[in-house]
Amino acid sequence: MIRTILGFPLLLLFAGSAQAAWEVNLPQGVTEISREVYDLHMIIFWICVAIGVVVFGAMLWSVIYHRKSRGAKAHNFHENVVVEIIWTIIPFFILIAMAVPATATLIKMYDNSESELDIQITGYQWKWRYQYLGEDVDFFSSLSTPREQINNSEEKGEHYLLEVDNPLVIPAGKKVRFLLTANDVIHSWWVPELAVKKDAIPGFINEAWVIVDQPGTYRGQCAELCGKDHGFMPVVVEVKPQAEYDAWLAEVKQADKAASEAALKTWNLADLMETGEQVYAKACLACHQTNGEGIPGAFPALKNSPIALGEPGPHIDIVLNGKTGTAMQAYRDQLSAVELAAVITYERNAWGNKVGDIVTPAQIAKLKE
Amino acid sequence: MNSTVAATHHHGPASGIGRWLFTTNHKDIGTLYLWFSFIMFLTGGCMALLIRAELFQPGLQLIQPDFFNQMTTMHGLIMVFGAVMPAFVGLANWMIPMMVGAPDMALPRMNNWSFWILPFAFSMMLLTLFMEGGAPNFGWTFYAPLSTTYAPPSVTYFIFAVHMMGISSIMGAINIIATILNLRAPGMTLMKMPLFVWTWLITAFLLIAVMPVLAGVVTMMLMDIHFGTSFFNAAGGGDPVLFQHIFWFFGHPEVYIMILPAFGIVSEIIPTFARKRLFGYASMVYATASIAILSFVVWAHHMFTVGLPLAGELFFMFATMLIAVPTGVKVFNWVATMFRGSMTFETPMLFALAFVVLFTIGGFSGLMLAIAPVDFQYHDTYFVVAHFHYVLVPGAVFAIMAGAYYWLPKWCGNYYNETMGKVHFWCSFIGVNITFFPMHFIGLAGMPRRIPDYALQFADFNAVATVGAFIFGFSQLIFLYNVISCIRKGKQASAEVWEGSHGLEWTIPSPAPYHSFSEPPQVK
Ligand code: HEC
Ligand code: HEM
Ligand SMILES: [Cu+2]
Ligand SMILES: [Cu+2]
Repeated sequence: MIRTILGFPLLLLFAGSAQAAWEVNLPQGVTEISREVYDLHMIIFWICVAIGVVVFGAMLWSVIYHRKSRGAKAHNFHENVVVEIIWTIIPFFILIAMAVPATATLIKMYDNSESELDIQITGYQWKWRYQYLGEDVDFFSSLSTPREQINNSEEKGEHYLLEVDNPLVIPAGKKVRFLLTANDVIHSWWVPELAVKKDAIPGFINEAWVIVDQPGTYRGQCAELCGKDHGFMPVVVEVKPQAEYDAWLAEVKQADKAASEAALKTWNLADLMETGEQVYAKACLACHQTNGEGIPGAFPALKNSPIALGEPGPHIDIVLNGKTGTAMQAYRDQLSAVELAAVITYERNAWGNKVGDIVTPAQIAKLKE
Repeated sequence: MNSTVAATHHHGPASGIGRWLFTTNHKDIGTLYLWFSFIMFLTGGCMALLIRAELFQPGLQLIQPDFFNQMTTMHGLIMVFGAVMPAFVGLANWMIPMMVGAPDMALPRMNNWSFWILPFAFSMMLLTLFMEGGAPNFGWTFYAPLSTTYAPPSVTYFIFAVHMMGISSIMGAINIIATILNLRAPGMTLMKMPLFVWTWLITAFLLIAVMPVLAGVVTMMLMDIHFGTSFFNAAGGGDPVLFQHIFWFFGHPEVYIMILPAFGIVSEIIPTFARKRLFGYASMVYATASIAILSFVVWAHHMFTVGLPLAGELFFMFATMLIAVPTGVKVFNWVATMFRGSMTFETPMLFALAFVVLFTIGGFSGLMLAIAPVDFQYHDTYFVVAHFHYVLVPGAVFAIMAGAYYWLPKWCGNYYNETMGKVHFWCSFIGVNITFFPMHFIGLAGMPRRIPDYALQFADFNAVATVGAFIFGFSQLIFLYNVISCIRKGKQASAEVWEGSHGLEWTIPSPAPYHSFSEPPQVK
């Protein structure tokens, strides 16, 4: 029994030299707060170990020496008010010793004032949306690990399940405030190395903040069960020095402009189908499935569905505006006009659906105005 | 008609299936509860093994994410409401009348009813697995709006099943309170009651206080889903966080409902095998009562990350830390009972000793989780899974097994096979630690709970945990075999059964007669 208990601290001691796969402890993290949290964790852990050694030691002593097979005779004391009061009061003081530094850290974590950059983070079933307030930068971030790796038909990459298409980028050394909310169910935005975990709740806005001095890439995951693909909505934060961050901002804005210009060009069916298939795989496949047959009882089939086979109007409407109160989200802001037109065209002409018509990016762009 | 009733009353059980369907006898009903609980334990256990098998390696191998979520949800619900709670009620049914010197439970017909509701409730819940859209998949905590707006159609059946379980628990609790308060033998004052009876009395009050809250919250869900209200729907002006407050106002006392009777069992067993009176009886009673009272003011420690105001965060952190004090008193008292005793290590004692150590480890991680700023890192990770399994599996479940081995000779008149009992203990003990200890590590390293697939750095410990789970799971078959063969035959047990046993239940013959005490015994 006692070995398991002693094993834990020993393992922790060797943790430094252990390989990543045998990681056993909290990361120290890269912010002042995360290091304080780590220290608190270790202090309390060692206090528990100390109490454990005393209590389990006394127990082990009795088990070894006060056993009948050794001829031990039972004494008959069965209460002692002084001892009982002592062991009620001592833990009380130990607890106060723990509570003081914990309170101090918590107060710091709650200081959301004077931020230099505000980013709104919105949880969607199963991706994150990042809106840089006052910057006109707004994008979605979803898992980029290929399905083949998840289904074991391909070798898994180094950052399996912890990689996204568009990471959140923030400047180093600045106080960045996150405003968290959700579009559908509750999610929780968590990056262990930043020691930030905050629930994203529909209808509410929660706050959290970080100052990261060290540029780098930090990975985390959604921490609140949010449905089928809860295990597949990672968080990736890239911290860049100010100059690189500025360059990145300019680049994103440029790309947005290019995307809206692309909508004005003329597209043929084949091109739309090709783009549509990619968009479908990225944005729709999780629910409506590769074969377009959905999951009965949860997500409807698009193959042979009256909406996909009928007039384009209602089809465009449900994809752009979603359907409130269901898992079908509004894709108006999530996808560009080209992507929307492509995926709708794709759904009307894939898996044996043969409507043959084209929904053009220009048409969508007009609706998006 | 009258004469047959009189006849069964005097000459023991009726025969055939009717005995079990219509029985009002506390021992028969206790037996039904215990078998039901064991079947549920194996059912929920199979689901756990399926979950662990999927998590053996990274990647999706056996089951798809949606079914994985159904499995974690059903596993949690079945273990909590189907395995642990009914097992305690079964033990209460068997032992409380014998311990307080009563002929039977105070309300025998209601007793029959409170058991027979359960198989229907759980059949309904399990059958949702075959519905279109599948079984509930939103976790045993069923947070709205995932469990309302976004739930599969089976959620309605889940709600009714929860209502039925709640009714069953409340009736069981009323019965236990009525028995303890009214049917004690002359001379048995409250402060002379065995601790198992005390802990159950307090547990029963907790049940009556919080099961209606659970019923309330599922009814609000029902209204949101079918009758257009918006209690938990932000778009309609409701509040998803309100759900969590109500749920955990039930949920935290609920975790004490699952552990207080375990404290009682262990407090019976340790003195017997240490051949020494329980140390600090009075402080044990006060500690139990303080834990129960404190359990009503700590619920939001499950909600540190929902964005509570700072003052709320601090209040719930301090209140939670405070629970460590009475819990510590209990552990110290158990150790002091062993100290300078004359110990032997039969199977019930082994389980009780493992309980003390492993439950305390669960208590340590509980204390760590109470520290709000650090809980931000632990919350909803495998660290929490490790914590609550340490208090529930080698906590509640080990105590139930200890109790089963301890009282089995009294129930059926034969000793179980001691060697086989020890093998069962060691396999369970090793299995449980291999399964759940590594979960502390993967949780700290950053693996969230309720995920069907994980990043590569968590792979090794997950494989270890799966191996442990299979060892633990299959060793329960040893227990099953041992119990069945003990019921059939075995060394004849005396009335005292154990050398150091103490209390009224050991004054009646083994096996205990169909009606325990027709004449009230005198307690000095
Ligand atoms: C999170 C799950 C989810 C995702 C992702 C999703 N849908 Fe849906 N979709 C639904 C659900 C649920 C419905 C049914 C809504 C209802 O109850 O009418 C639906 C309905 C539809 C319909 C109407 C089908 C019919 O016959 O009623 C279309 C068309 C559709 N989705 C297109 C898309 C497209 C295009 C995408 C990707 C850009 C997408 N969906 C992504 C869940 C999803
Ligand atoms: C064979 C022994 C057991 C094994 C291997 C096991 C394993 C697991 C696993 C792997 C999970 C899922 C964790 C996740 O994905 O978040 C889980 C969840 C859970 N288990 Fe167990 N478990 C066992 C016994 C028990 C027992 C006896 C109880 C209760 C008394 C219990 C109560 C729970 C609860 C409440 C959950 C949470 C469900 C949820 O997330 O909604 N388990 N268990
Ligand atoms: Cu999630
Ligand atoms: Cu709690």
